[in-house]
Amino acid sequence: MATKQHSGEHGTVASRPREQWSGQLGFILSAIGSAVGLGNIWRFPGVAYENGGGAFLIPYLIALVTAGIPILFLDYAIGHRFRGSAPTAFRRLGGKAGKWLESLGWFQVWICIVIAVYYAAVVAWAASYFTFSFDLRWGDDTAGFFQNEFLQTSAPGFSAQFVPAVLIPLVLVWVAVLAVLGSGIAKGVQRANLIFLPLLVVAFLILVVRALFLDGAMTGLDALFTPDFSALGDPSVWIAAYSQIFFSLSIAFGIMITYSSYRNRKANVTAPALVVAFANSSFEIIAGIGVFATLGFFAFQQGVGIDELEGITGVGLSFITFPAIVSQMPGGPLFGALFFGSLVMAGFTSLLSVLQVVSSAFQDKFGISARQASIRVGSALAIVSVLLFSTTTGLITLDTVDQWANNIGIVVAAIASTILVIWVFRKGPELAGHLNAVSTFKVGRIWQLLVGVLAPAVLLYMLIQRIIVLVTEGYEGYPLWYLAVAGWGTIAVILIGAITMTALRWKHDPDDFAPWPSTQALKELKK
Amino acid sequence: MSGIAITFFIIAAVLVWGGLIASIIFLARKPQLDVYPEGSELVSDDD
Repeated sequence: MATKQHSGEHGTVASRPREQWSGQLGFILSAIGSAVGLGNIWRFPGVAYENGGGAFLIPYLIALVTAGIPILFLDYAIGHRFRGSAPTAFRRLGGKAGKWLESLGWFQVWICIVIAVYYAAVVAWAASYFTFSFDLRWGDDTAGFFQNEFLQTSAPGFSAQFVPAVLIPLVLVWVAVLAVLGSGIAKGVQRANLIFLPLLVVAFLILVVRALFLDGAMTGLDALFTPDFSALGDPSVWIAAYSQIFFSLSIAFGIMITYSSYRNRKANVTAPALVVAFANSSFEIIAGIGVFATLGFFAFQQGVGIDELEGITGVGLSFITFPAIVSQMPGGPLFGALFFGSLVMAGFTSLLSVLQVVSSAFQDKFGISARQASIRVGSALAIVSVLLFSTTTGLITLDTVDQWANNIGIVVAAIASTILVIWVFRKGPELAGHLNAVSTFKVGRIWQLLVGVLAPAVLLYMLIQRIIVLVTEGYEGYPLWYLAVAGWGTIAVILIGAITMTALRWKHDPDDFAPWPSTQALKELKK
Repeated sequence: MSGIAITFFIIAAVLVWGGLIASIIFLARKPQLDVYPEGSELVSDDD
């Protein structure tokens, strides 16, 4: 990659020009590839069913419009205007008096570090199950196979006993993802998404069509879409809807800031964001149809109702319930390969985006290339990932770290970014002006109100509620010492990591930068 | 599927998939602005 010095007037990040997506389509597909992940397939269908079925769509769509899309716009605006990784962008947003805001960016980067090390393990499991599909290796006892034979799960703790069946695919996943990451934005991340996202959609559509022709499929869809209107009066249903939208869209932990920072300065920002948001929800609806048609078949085979089935979300749905269904289905191996192949592709493109946040931040701070970041930082993360998640305690550690990183880490990051950006640094008008200056879909005061008032209020409620539950009830019956180390310890690592990284020196001055359009130009546009 | 379940499926399809189609059409018809603020000649527009 060529290196040269850029003028501060138009935005220096380091000693090399900032990489760019090759075009609008590449960016949109990559952003969709990031948003569409494991949660779309294994979380949305069960959450919708458990929270009012068809009636859940009402709070879900309201959450999409009032929180999901507005925060997505916020992330895009920050990344696009301040043209850098999350730490760079927040530092520039803070200006001379707010250089410390860089720490919020590093807080998001450390969330991504934590998520990447365990998310890679789930992708590795899915890759293994993809191969197991062909000979239905899980047998009749799918729960026993998953926990005892495949993962060899032991009691909560930190084991040094490695499980080769997990270790080998996990190493392969890291090799693949770091190879893509080291190739840069256009030749690496974008190219991978251009291949995997269309493949994922085609594979999943074939799976859905097949599922629709199974016995009992319509019963499954009936359970998913029949509305329970009484659920609308339950605050927890609304929180579930906001949570689903929030966690599904890859917002507020640096991904969308990073991705939009690689866009051209004149790029349309809001209109592609609408495509990304609706594409993500569209895939969730498709996943809901595929999963519940399949669960309908399973209930039919068992001679029970859908409401009597267990394991209809998350790891249980994917690695225990689905294999059991595949075993009973005509053409099961192909169906299993499509399902686990879809999980691998959805997980891989999301993992790429999580790691791009980390790579981009280290590139900016230390003036290193994508390749160097991939080798140095990526290898370190791969080692941690293997040490923690390819052992006999990997499943429990993963479950615990995921609970804290998502429900505490990301939610804290989102509340902090909305309150600091809108209320402390009062950047709402500037960011709205920026979006309107370059985009075809305009935003106004309502957007600032949604981002500055509604979103943090809902998120704060979610956070307090979750903290109360975790403190008073613990989690999954795991020992308190273990939750203190693996759960709250994760938050401590994120915080210490953020403070430490902020304190380190920059290779190149990140403040030698002037946003375009200038604040003066934005004020004139407003008149 | 019951009538109410079909109705809610159609609502979901129209709103979510319809939203996707509408946003794609909106973007395709006007992919970028015709006029940019001052200084635009100094920034790259090869996207």
